[in-house]
Amino acid sequence: MTDTPEADATFQLDGHDVPFEPGQTILQAALAAGKYIPYLCFHREFHPHGSCKVCTVKVNGRTGASCTTPARPGDVVESETEEIRDLRRHLVQFLFTEGNHFCPSCEQSGNCTLQAVGYDLGVTTGHYVPLFPNRPLDASHPEVLLDFNRCILCELCVRASTLVDHKSVFALSGRGIDKHLVVNAESGRLADTNLAVDDKAMSVCPVGVIQRKRRGFLVPIGKRTYDERPIREVAVDREKEA
Amino acid sequence: MNHDLTALVGRHGGDGSRLVQILREVMAVEGWISPPTITELARLLHLSRAHVEGVAGFYAFFATTPHGRFRVLFSDNVTDVMAGSHELRKRMLDSFRIELGEVSRDGLVSVGATSCTGLCDQGPALLVNGHAIARLTPARIGAITSLIRAGSPVEQWPDNLFTIDHHVERKDLLLGTELAPGAGIDAASGRGRAGTVAEIEASLLRGRGGAGFSTGAKWKACAAAPGEQRYVVCNADEGEPGTFKDRELLREWAPLVVEGMTVAGWAVGAHKGLIYLRGEYLFLLPALEALLEERRRAGLLGAGIRGVPGFDFDVEIHLGAGAYVCGEESALLESLEGKRGIPRNRPPYPVTHGYRQQPTVVNNVETLVAAALIAARGADWFRAVGTPKSAGTKIHSVSGDVARPGIYEFPFGTSIRTLLTAAGATKTQAVMVGGPSGVLVSASEFDRRVAFEDVPSAGAFMVFDDSRDVLSVLDNFAHFFAHESCGFCTPCRVGTTVQRQILGRVVAGKGSRRDVDELLQVSRLLKATSHCGLGHTAGNAVLDGLTKFRPAFDRRLSSLDVPTFDLDAALAPAREATARDDAGAHLDEEGP
Repeated sequence: MTDTPEADATFQLDGHDVPFEPGQTILQAALAAGKYIPYLCFHREFHPHGSCKVCTVKVNGRTGASCTTPARPGDVVESETEEIRDLRRHLVQFLFTEGNHFCPSCEQSGNCTLQAVGYDLGVTTGHYVPLFPNRPLDASHPEVLLDFNRCILCELCVRASTLVDHKSVFALSGRGIDKHLVVNAESGRLADTNLAVDDKAMSVCPVGVIQRKRRGFLVPIGKRTYDERPIREVAVDREKEA
Repeated sequence: MNHDLTALVGRHGGDGSRLVQILREVMAVEGWISPPTITELARLLHLSRAHVEGVAGFYAFFATTPHGRFRVLFSDNVTDVMAGSHELRKRMLDSFRIELGEVSRDGLVSVGATSCTGLCDQGPALLVNGHAIARLTPARIGAITSLIRAGSPVEQWPDNLFTIDHHVERKDLLLGTELAPGAGIDAASGRGRAGTVAEIEASLLRGRGGAGFSTGAKWKACAAAPGEQRYVVCNADEGEPGTFKDRELLREWAPLVVEGMTVAGWAVGAHKGLIYLRGEYLFLLPALEALLEERRRAGLLGAGIRGVPGFDFDVEIHLGAGAYVCGEESALLESLEGKRGIPRNRPPYPVTHGYRQQPTVVNNVETLVAAALIAARGADWFRAVGTPKSAGTKIHSVSGDVARPGIYEFPFGTSIRTLLTAAGATKTQAVMVGGPSGVLVSASEFDRRVAFEDVPSAGAFMVFDDSRDVLSVLDNFAHFFAHESCGFCTPCRVGTTVQRQILGRVVAGKGSRRDVDELLQVSRLLKATSHCGLGHTAGNAVLDGLTKFRPAFDRRLSSLDVPTFDLDAALAPAREATARDDAGAHLDEEGP
């Protein structure tokens, strides 16, 4: 701790001073300062969740999730080191291993945060033996398709549906490797929930679980967000616009 | 089916934060939690259905698909396995002609596995509809099988089946000191609230649950934190495999546990205490409830304790439902609030934002026993024993290959060798100190001492002699962590399963040197990036094994230095599709 007044406080991120406001976490302050740290479960409109751990950094020599670690004056934070990038790479590979991710045939390819972060970290294979879980689709809803194969369990749809839409359409059940998304209906079918296409929950999935029907491939693969520019530029620009 | 749900929810005041307790009662009455029951509970409790389904799906003792009317769960802890639980389990499965995890066709019985039941000193053990049965033998399995077949309600089974033995083998500072009920409370109220905190601080007492945080500092922080209410929580979710000391403390020494909670309540200004009792210890509940009632009558709980105005404190017991992660204090608080047991993000810590977001002290059972005695006898009495950094004693749950399994209390700083000698261990190959999340100690290290500054321990002391296969032990632990991961964070959710898979390959003799490197990598990831202590420590045993028992690994590796592929296993779907399982449909192990 230093005597610097909190308003002008800074910490060091990979050798650069990053200013922060009281209450900000390391990731929030870094993004606000135009510095990218990869993340999946974080969303600027929601309280940091800290589950994907892809934003792991080293703070004064100790690893921790930057989205939930409060920024403190004088802290020395390492992010773009090979050691940290290697940890993140393996975490992303864990996520590819856990679900069923077939990028070449996926409607979300090019708009998918998991894929984009994978490219950023230089992930070229899943590395681990795929688990190939059996996750049936839910096509019951007239407007929306749920493809659970792609779910990375970030809980953004859960949070959006509960906190913004006040509907609690989504929740998690099971535990450990059997943890899975459920919908708020005794039948277990999305059609029997009160989800609406303009719900916040429809727009927050970082991967391709929640899909509008009859909108597939409106933008051709190759012309999509992360096809055009890498995620570390897109994420920082989005933060500036917000 | 739902005829009594309204009454059940009514008994819990329609309080959604009592969901875990309510679901326990539904399980006891209906045997499973059906989809219509979930819908109805959500309606009655004004919760979303998906939330109730999420909680019901989290805990191992809750079933969202039908189980047998008799649900038998064999403890899968390594000491139970060593004592023959798998053979006994097979005997029962064969008798009912069912597979593990399967329900008999008449819906009578299902047989599964559960994590350690805390009866390692008298294993093998099982739970039937939540009731513990220890010291299993072929004869006892035969008796249980007959009772199930006769459809006799578990409540009417002979009492002798459910007897739990006491094995207190060595008493020291805590177990050997008599305390008149209320003596700790009187001393504490005489010292005042701040004085009590100061006395605990001066005793240098550190938390006995494993992390070893200063108890005095915890109480001080809680007392100083702003809040409308304060709470004292006793962590009796003793889930670490190989640990059963709290089981004993919650019997003969239960008055000291409650006295410790009351002292803590006085010190921090809390009026309410909660005991989070692991579901496996259901058999302790009636005596604990009776003890609380007795102490209320004696003026040791309730309003104006011992006539001191403002000294109001009472205790309520919550039962867990089969989730090791709930031993982590913030996951325990979530569970107390009726939610999935997911560890919280910290900061804030429970001392400022605990139960219901109020300042809360969460202490281990053994810590509270020590606190009660320190209040009565003073800091110097306690500090005189142990080492400078680890004051007092540690209560060990000794199990495995020893002549006298049971509870041993020794001063901190006692060598592992001394414990082994006391318990009558011979030809010892390894000791798992602190349980699967602790330290695997090899014979060359037996002069190391159990203390925070050397080999820390949360209480388990599992002994393996030279007839045991270390890799099988580690394989058991890997299964345990994969089963108990809450699934919140990526590294633990996926990493514990990946660790189990890779180790399984090595144990099966199909591993390569690459697999060993992968195990090192996975344990590094678990330690560096996991959300809580479960994940941080889930790779410890394997890592220790690779460091200290490397030849055991190397002997099991196939000679190839490249990843191995099990061609025969890969043909399984083809065999299934063609309904063949003869020798010709299998590849020769030795190759063509």
